[in-house]
Amino acid sequence: MKTFPVGGVHPSDNKQWSNAKAIEVLELPDVVNIPLGQHIGAPATAKVAKGDKVLTGQLIAEATGFMSANIHSPISGTVTAVDMQPNGQGLRQMMITIKREGDEWMPEIDRSKDIKRECELDSQAIISKIKDAGIVGMGGATFPTHVKLSIPNGCKAEYLIINGVECEPYLTSDHRNMLERGEELLIGVEILKKALNVEHAVVGVENNKPDAIENLNKIIASGKFDIKVEPLKVQYPQGGEKQLIAAVTGREVPPPPGLPIHVGAVVCNASTALAVYEAVQKNKPLIERVVTITGKDLQSPRNLLTRMGTPISKLIEMAGGLPEGDVKVVNGGPMMGRAMVNLDSAVTKGCSGVTVYAGVDAHRVSPSPCIKCAKCVAACPMSLEPYLISKLAKKQMWERLEQENIVDCIECGCCQFTCPAGLPLLDYVRYGKQTVMGIIRSRAAAAAKK
Amino acid sequence: MTVLISTILTLSVLGILAAVILYFVAQKFKVEEDPRIDEVEKMFPGANCGGCGFAGCRAMAEAMVLREDISALYCPVGGAECMKSVAAYLGKVAPEKEPTVATVRCGGVCSKRAKTNAYNGTKSCAIASSLYVGESGCAYGCLGYGDCVEACAFDAIHVNPQTGIAEVDAEKCTACGACVKACPKNIIELRKKWPKNRAVYVSCVSKDKGAVTMKACKAGCIGCGKCAKVCAFGAITVENGLAYIDPQKCKLCRKCVNECPTGAIVLKGMDPLPKEPKTPAAKPATPAVAPAAKPAAEPKVAEAKAEPKVEATKNE
Amino acid sequence: MANNFIVAPSPHMHSVESTRSLMRDVLIALIPALVVSTVVYGLDVLKVTAIAVASCVLIEYLIQKYLIKGPSTIGNLSAVITGVLLAFNLPANIPWWIIVVGALVAIGVGKMTFGGLGRNPFNPALVGRVFLLIAYPVQMTSFPQPTMSKFVDTFSGATPLAAIKAGGDVASVDLMSMFGGVMAGSLGEIAAAALIVGGGYMLWRKVITWHIPVAVLGTMALFAFVVAIFEGGNPALLYELPAFHLLAGGAMLGAIFMATDYVSSPMTPKGMLIYGVGIGAITMIIRLWGAYPEGMSFAILIMNAVTPLINKYVKPRRFGVMSK
Repeated sequence: MKTFPVGGVHPSDNKQWSNAKAIEVLELPDVVNIPLGQHIGAPATAKVAKGDKVLTGQLIAEATGFMSANIHSPISGTVTAVDMQPNGQGLRQMMITIKREGDEWMPEIDRSKDIKRECELDSQAIISKIKDAGIVGMGGATFPTHVKLSIPNGCKAEYLIINGVECEPYLTSDHRNMLERGEELLIGVEILKKALNVEHAVVGVENNKPDAIENLNKIIASGKFDIKVEPLKVQYPQGGEKQLIAAVTGREVPPPPGLPIHVGAVVCNASTALAVYEAVQKNKPLIERVVTITGKDLQSPRNLLTRMGTPISKLIEMAGGLPEGDVKVVNGGPMMGRAMVNLDSAVTKGCSGVTVYAGVDAHRVSPSPCIKCAKCVAACPMSLEPYLISKLAKKQMWERLEQENIVDCIECGCCQFTCPAGLPLLDYVRYGKQTVMGIIRSRAAAAAKK
Repeated sequence: MTVLISTILTLSVLGILAAVILYFVAQKFKVEEDPRIDEVEKMFPGANCGGCGFAGCRAMAEAMVLREDISALYCPVGGAECMKSVAAYLGKVAPEKEPTVATVRCGGVCSKRAKTNAYNGTKSCAIASSLYVGESGCAYGCLGYGDCVEACAFDAIHVNPQTGIAEVDAEKCTACGACVKACPKNIIELRKKWPKNRAVYVSCVSKDKGAVTMKACKAGCIGCGKCAKVCAFGAITVENGLAYIDPQKCKLCRKCVNECPTGAIVLKGMDPLPKEPKTPAAKPATPAVAPAAKPAAEPKVAEAKAEPKVEATKNE
Repeated sequence: MANNFIVAPSPHMHSVESTRSLMRDVLIALIPALVVSTVVYGLDVLKVTAIAVASCVLIEYLIQKYLIKGPSTIGNLSAVITGVLLAFNLPANIPWWIIVVGALVAIGVGKMTFGGLGRNPFNPALVGRVFLLIAYPVQMTSFPQPTMSKFVDTFSGATPLAAIKAGGDVASVDLMSMFGGVMAGSLGEIAAAALIVGGGYMLWRKVITWHIPVAVLGTMALFAFVVAIFEGGNPALLYELPAFHLLAGGAMLGAIFMATDYVSSPMTPKGMLIYGVGIGAITMIIRLWGAYPEGMSFAILIMNAVTPLINKYVKPRRFGVMSK
């Protein structure tokens, strides 16, 4: 069975709390807060003002330039504010607040449950529909999908790889989508194939989801799909774009500024493929997604089909409320998710799950001196030396850090996970990476000026 | 015996040979340098703090010697005296600069700024601030993890464990600016140093709206603008809900201090102005504003607005 | 709400491994060798080990408390391992005070001087052993008669390596009994089979990787094989000489437990291989042409000194950059 070549760790996957729970539709929120920057790139520009009436699926903020994404209203109602509000981390961000009145959809959206298989559109039309629908990578990276599908000159896509790996422990939203909406998802893959004009489409799924693999294979066997399902050996961070490409094709994406397309690969998340299906075949913009709410100490972990902008607190309520005492609420999975302080903040396009840790699990292990065990070096999927770059970042030796290729770091957290001394390796590595990338950017800007 | 003699002889020959080689190598690779650079370097404090903008004292000394016009160069640590002696030695015009001191502009002590969560990551302001808002609801205030303390080469800044906020020891501070660069929240500013460490400044950098600031911290500037109105020198500007006192224009008249409803304007090294008309607008009222609720705060701001005008004219 | 929100950067999960658990696994892996040694040399083995462990732990504790005045780190069990490994490098009949001196050098000079666990450039147990070897050569190289004579034939008091150095013949050595641990030598080094079992356990628990032991032993075997070819004559020597060198002296103990010491070995797999090859080659050079019969300790210490250099120059292949 295939997997990526270097590094990786095996955290216990903890998917048992929610992987057998069918997707439920979460009731509509009364008020939603929609951040304008919920994707990589420039924040969208608001197209509505206070007092405006909006319908579900109506465009409320437009992409600012190419590297940006449209945002649509997830509910119908009245815009009550467009201003700065704290996001999940308490940082101020531009948001549109909408108060719900009923649930009246834009007329062109097809809300029927029928599966529409044929797609007559050509590549350009598909990409522009995806762009209009504001689709971004739903695995957490939130890279605008239309940008990914626009192949730069001189490059050719050979592989479309669908990321059904879901290597983050706890999370099960992609898993449930592959299981319950497999056919629509695969139609979405066919549409993406057409948009990219590629021959090979591979769905990479880790073999801890045998039911999803079986389901997809069954649909492929019965229908007219030319898609391959590739079971992968469980190993974190297989869902990382570079790791998945290496696992499926054996090719390694060159270091930054190298892109997947340079080795002929385009990677899309499984749930993104489903959103593509809905956007192209049903005219439905990206206004809802499946969110896993889970945790060892929650009463009833679930997979909820949630409108964007729904407060996280509502999901937690559905899962039986927070346990008493020390808690850590994380937007995303345990390896790469961000801890939250503001539970009134919204579910966004990149929020694949909310994980809750209580008691001892909410705290880090206490650090002790590095024993040079080299486990971080062995675990790093990018062949870095975390013990070294972490120390260099602490000492703010930026030039050395650049030589040590710190910009390659994908912040997967393997080093810190595996460190027996419990050192906060990634804290410093991330700090170093951000600083070094800033230095590189300003150097490039200075060079461009000349 | 022969062994002993041969050993001594061999070693001596080797030693002489090495010395000769070293001499020629040293001659060959000798770097011609202006001897004045060494002299100037000796005049500098030698802290290598980087406060002048150069990598260290030697680089600064080089610049001092090589440049014709040294008016743009200044060693904040050595100060005017040091610059004068260097300039005299080099026969150049000494650059002048007003002495400044690092000022931490945050008054969000624990009692004023409620803690909403506990930070469990690496205790570094840079790391915490790139992650999230901080342990209180204020996105602008001092985090108290001491990046500035790490950066300070003079032991002049420390985080007060009681308040959780960095404090500058004005006697030790050399205004090198290392802490200013280290602070990810841009809280620290180099402000004009008055005699006896007197100072008047807005101890808050929150750009939130007044109501939001008030909810997060009772000591924050809410941008009410009363200070700006009372200032006779046009030193105070209010922008983005935040007042700023221009250190060049401020004359330390202290009128604004008594005006501030939240106590965000800090007065140091002096007694506050006597509060002649014992109006509710003056100091005693300040803590009362504290309860964060909006409706409670607003009327007080309004009623305070009327009084100061009287006071201001009286003082003039 | 009665909640205290905890915030930290990702990751929010941690593996169950800790420094202490790794050290505990190393100790478990050392048990088989200790058992075999006790069978061969009797209860003296346990006495020596106990004294070594107790003095190492005590010395670390005292240094930390009264000299460094820092938090105690004896809980991470690293001092216990140093103690056991030091004992494994001593003869069973060594006087107790020499053990204490060895522990003092190992922990005091080899470890705490540099700042404690994680900072020591040399393997502390080896620093202690080599100090004793040079300071008390007689006591360190005279080995007692085994107490297990009722089970197997007794053997001479000289180690096989010393016997060969003195002009003995490899062909006369019984390789199988060496494998089982029936030979003269330090406590821990005699039981090749038990040490291999321990090594297997550490590999299975992922405490160590295969790189260093395989590189060390492989290099030694290859070296001996080449030497045997040049010796010519006896074709049996081609396998006997490599096997002899792998089983004799501290080869197994050194390759599996001493060279793999985390702190003093390189960080990258490539670096580990270079380090292992260096140890193997230096050991064989000392054994064959040096003044001492055994060179493992010196070889490891020399390569410990090279480790920072290896770490500096041997880097992993950058992801996405294919070698031509």
